[in-house]
Amino acid sequence: MEVDLVAEPILKVEGIHTFIGKHHILQGVSFDVHPGKVTVLLGRNGAGKTTTLRSIMGLLSPSQGTILFKNQAIHHMKSFDIARLGIGFVPEDRGLFNLLTVEENFRVAMFQEDKSTQQRVETILEIFPDLKRFWKAKAGILSGGQKQMLAISRPLVNKNELLLIDEPSKGLAPIVIDHLIEAVQKLQEQTMIILVEQNFYMASSLGNDFYIFDDGRTVLNGQMEELIRNEELKKKYLGISGTT
Amino acid sequence: MSPQWRQWFPKFIGFAIFLLPLLFINPKTYITLTISGLAMGMLLFLVSSGFSLIFGFLSVLNLAHGALFAWGAYIGFTAFSLINKWTGWGGSNSIFSNMLIFLLVLMVAGIGVAILGVVTERLVIRPVYGSHLFQIFITVGAMIVMEELIRIVWGPNDEVMPVPMNFMGSWDLFDVVISKYPLIAIVIGLIIYFGIYTILKKTKLGLIVRAGVENPEMVQVMGHNIYRYFTGVFAAGSALAAIGGGMWATFVKSINPAMGGEVIVFALIVAIIGGLGSMTGSVVGALMVGLSYNYVAYLIPKAALGITMLLLVVILLIRPTGLFKEGT
Repeated sequence: MEVDLVAEPILKVEGIHTFIGKHHILQGVSFDVHPGKVTVLLGRNGAGKTTTLRSIMGLLSPSQGTILFKNQAIHHMKSFDIARLGIGFVPEDRGLFNLLTVEENFRVAMFQEDKSTQQRVETILEIFPDLKRFWKAKAGILSGGQKQMLAISRPLVNKNELLLIDEPSKGLAPIVIDHLIEAVQKLQEQTMIILVEQNFYMASSLGNDFYIFDDGRTVLNGQMEELIRNEELKKKYLGISGTT
Repeated sequence: MSPQWRQWFPKFIGFAIFLLPLLFINPKTYITLTISGLAMGMLLFLVSSGFSLIFGFLSVLNLAHGALFAWGAYIGFTAFSLINKWTGWGGSNSIFSNMLIFLLVLMVAGIGVAILGVVTERLVIRPVYGSHLFQIFITVGAMIVMEELIRIVWGPNDEVMPVPMNFMGSWDLFDVVISKYPLIAIVIGLIIYFGIYTILKKTKLGLIVRAGVENPEMVQVMGHNIYRYFTGVFAAGSALAAIGGGMWATFVKSINPAMGGEVIVFALIVAIIGGLGSMTGSVVGALMVGLSYNYVAYLIPKAALGITMLLLVVILLIRPTGLFKEGT
């Protein structure tokens, strides 16, 4: 199983090693993200998926390896400079500013408050009409699903080319997950996505390419359709069986 | 305790502090004490707001804040002496000249201590971000060093703080004695509070700072250079301490190298009562402490500091995180 390597990858992660304190979490993670694709990082808890996203975002510094975004090395850059290159991040805990309104959450994320930004906000609000309803409400009072929608849409107020989303389905009811899948599918037109997801239903609904992580390494990759059909692999690396 | 009662509790305590003393104090003395309490409250707000802002945004327990306050008073003292020597504005009968020299002095103290604060943040505090225990050790050390530096530069003795001519004395309004300077302090304190409030609530800079109080890491991944904001907030917090120091010195008309240690206790109480990281909390907490301290100091002088401790204990028992949330 190999991903399509014809197109030049927008993000290239090569053999990164990352420590958290004394713990050697990433021990050689490599993967590519190709234009127009949703790349899903899969693996059991503690396999290193979140650490990988945090390393790409500059929140953790890899001790070895390289991360190239549009052929530019970003692994020694600060988070705010990486963000300005056009990479958005939605952390596992959503990272919302609960005491700020929905509008203010968007404004903090804006690099510029110009016409094109305003147009992007309008597009986002068409995809997530609930956010329009709660525009002046504090983010803390939103429901779990609405909070996740705000978290996912917020980085898109800028012309971000890549969005890293960590466990968006966590803590959400199945019906809300369906709604979220629909919304993220619409967002695919605007940005490329790296998705870390434990919920295989969501991962398989959205993903084009997948990478499986185990013990801080990327052990397998390919196209999502193949993984959906391969029960043995799903059982071995993800601990799931049967139809999902 | 029901959530409804929790919501009403701060207002109830506020009204009790404000009105209860009327049962024991005659109305004319009550007005004089209230003005003095409000002035003390506004001065405490200036000190505690800086402390609270730094804690809220940087998660730094800066116990050297008191020393920055003392530096503000001493720089103000020197600036006043020098400017007055050149211009004579401090001794002039013109209220305009008096106000001008006073504001200039506060500005010089604010800028001087903001620079000192930035140096402290870069050299002393930055290496211990994330560890409150080390921050306590290192900032107490920094406080001792800064106090000793004051002794080296200005000497160990108390100095008399010069006061602009028209700031001294009082007005007699229908037999109610109203001191001039406390009123001026209240007005300046309110202007600074609304200034800070406007910056925090109405500008993009303030929005980012409020967001940073809640989640600095997220502000960073949204493309904002958090370290620049850290330095800016530290400078602003230090400048507020210095302005508080200059105004406090004018209030008590005296300065000494250890004055910061005395005031930091009040600043801590105010910041904890109001809720660390909350500007509105700082102003409400400071007014509560200023008023209760003044009323009790009149009725039972020995219990004055005790009442602020009691206030702290009662509020923490009911609202362990203080009256207001971070970032409000």
